Amino acid sequence: MTANVTKADSATTMVKSEGVHKSFGPIEVLKGIDLEVKSGEVFCLIGPSGSGKSTFLRCINHLEKINAGRLYVDGELVGYRQHGDKLYELRDREVALKRRDIGMVFQRFNLFPHMTALENVMEAPVQVKGVSRAQARERAGQLLERVGLADKAKNYPSQLSGGQQQRVAIARALAMDPKLMLFDEPTSALDPELVGDVLDVMRDLAESGMTMIVVTHEMGFAREVGDSLVFMDGGVVVESGHPRDVLTNPQHERTQSFLSKVL
Amino acid sequence: MTLDIDKTAGPEDTPPAGPEAIKAIPVRHYGRYVSAVVAIALLVAVIYAFSQGKINWGAIPDYFFDHRIIDGVLKTLLLTVLSMLIGVVGGVLLAVMRLSKNPVTSSIAWFYIWFFRGTPVLVQLVVWFNLGLVFTYINLGPIYKDYWSSFMTPLLTALLGLGLNEAAYMAEICRAGLLSVDEGQTEASHALGMSHSKTLRRIVIPQAMRVIVPPTGNEVINMLKTTSLVAVIQYSELFRVAQDIGQTSGAPAEMLFLAAAWYLLLTSVFSVGQYYLERYYARGSSRTLPATPFQKIKASLLSLGRPRGGMA
Repeated sequence: MTANVTKADSATTMVKSEGVHKSFGPIEVLKGIDLEVKSGEVFCLIGPSGSGKSTFLRCINHLEKINAGRLYVDGELVGYRQHGDKLYELRDREVALKRRDIGMVFQRFNLFPHMTALENVMEAPVQVKGVSRAQARERAGQLLERVGLADKAKNYPSQLSGGQQQRVAIARALAMDPKLMLFDEPTSALDPELVGDVLDVMRDLAESGMTMIVVTHEMGFAREVGDSLVFMDGGVVVESGHPRDVLTNPQHERTQSFLSKVL
Repeated sequence: MTLDIDKTAGPEDTPPAGPEAIKAIPVRHYGRYVSAVVAIALLVAVIYAFSQGKINWGAIPDYFFDHRIIDGVLKTLLLTVLSMLIGVVGGVLLAVMRLSKNPVTSSIAWFYIWFFRGTPVLVQLVVWFNLGLVFTYINLGPIYKDYWSSFMTPLLTALLGLGLNEAAYMAEICRAGLLSVDEGQTEASHALGMSHSKTLRRIVIPQAMRVIVPPTGNEVINMLKTTSLVAVIQYSELFRVAQDIGQTSGAPAEMLFLAAAWYLLLTSVFSVGQYYLERYYARGSSRTLPATPFQKIKASLLSLGRPRGGMA
């Protein structure tokens, strides 16, 4: 596939993965991933642990370097620049510039513990985009209200429950006005009763038209909110399609056995 | 009053419900009484011995605020603060160098730490003082040129000797602090589009400070005492001044006690400062800030005579 074609597709394609491989030393975690995420869709990645879904997600914002294949976000190559047939590695500053547009939410929240909820949300706009503190504070307040935590603005992460921390983490990612949001098992570290609040925020976000890639074990969320779903196992895409079809009528034997265990 | 009313007696009749508290004879720890008596007896014996010795205790208050002593104290403080400054800045630099992916810089940092940690600071001080044997002149082109011996004043020698040695220790402390911060913090910061240096400055170092401050306080106190070594290279800090006065005034031992008292006073002041610094960097790490010393004293006075517990 030539660069021209991918550029033409970019109007509707947010993420395009072509034969992406990733190894950690001798262990090959991704063995050729081909998939396409459309703008505005909620794209769910499911699969057993160790199947490479989190690794793939981390490749999208270049937290991991891919070993082979091509990965495009919004029509631009991730981590590299292409001149003719040669690839040039991007400088750290250029990588950072591209990450501004991609929000990420982690399984273990990774809020900054030495800052209040409000300061967590303000940090990147002020430090990266150079937004004034007053403006950032106002926006952060709005975002915390959106995730239902306006009254927790002055609390430190250690004073918040897991579900509240994760919602602050979502607000923190949204503060950069990303065009793509990555969710890495956002509810896996939460008590069951706290999962609902986080999923509500994500559902609300999906309705607003945000492009979202969600690695999840919440099959109910995938079926209800997801537009596309991919089942990964052993570093390859086993089955993909509309969540309702894949989850209720899996074609592949490995998908069937996985779903029979988790549903 | 009927039987019926008795049964449903109001709260003023019955104490608040609850299991009856256990009243038992506590275990007697006779060993504790014996060891306390022995310890107090030994302490009294030591104090008595000192009070009977041929020491003119009156000389200590006479000289305590002598202008030469005060001058020595100020020089000791200056030396401590400047050496620690060199040590901290150098230490952070060396720690970042050691953690860098560049094998050349990390090897150089390793070598530096190996050398300066591996040789006694007293030897280093004397070597710096005698480096005139190697370099006759110092020549920085048009900016500065002089004989080494007049360039290397006792103060500069002391600062270089103490500061460069301290940097090696601070490097290890800083490295431990940087490594103690969860990798997820760096990832989250990078994912937000923050650069390496911003991540280090805004996210990693503030969290590393919690681990770095306590041993650094230790180092400050250590440094304050180590400055006394500088006496051997003719710098008139507290210890040197005390010795000098001791020789001229005929009260050498008394002046040593005086110096010791000053060192103890200064280290105590530093310890209090360290406590408040730790408290500052603890914000966000626990749900409530630890109490200040005054709050603790207040609390323990209020709870005197009561069983321990409740106060964590």
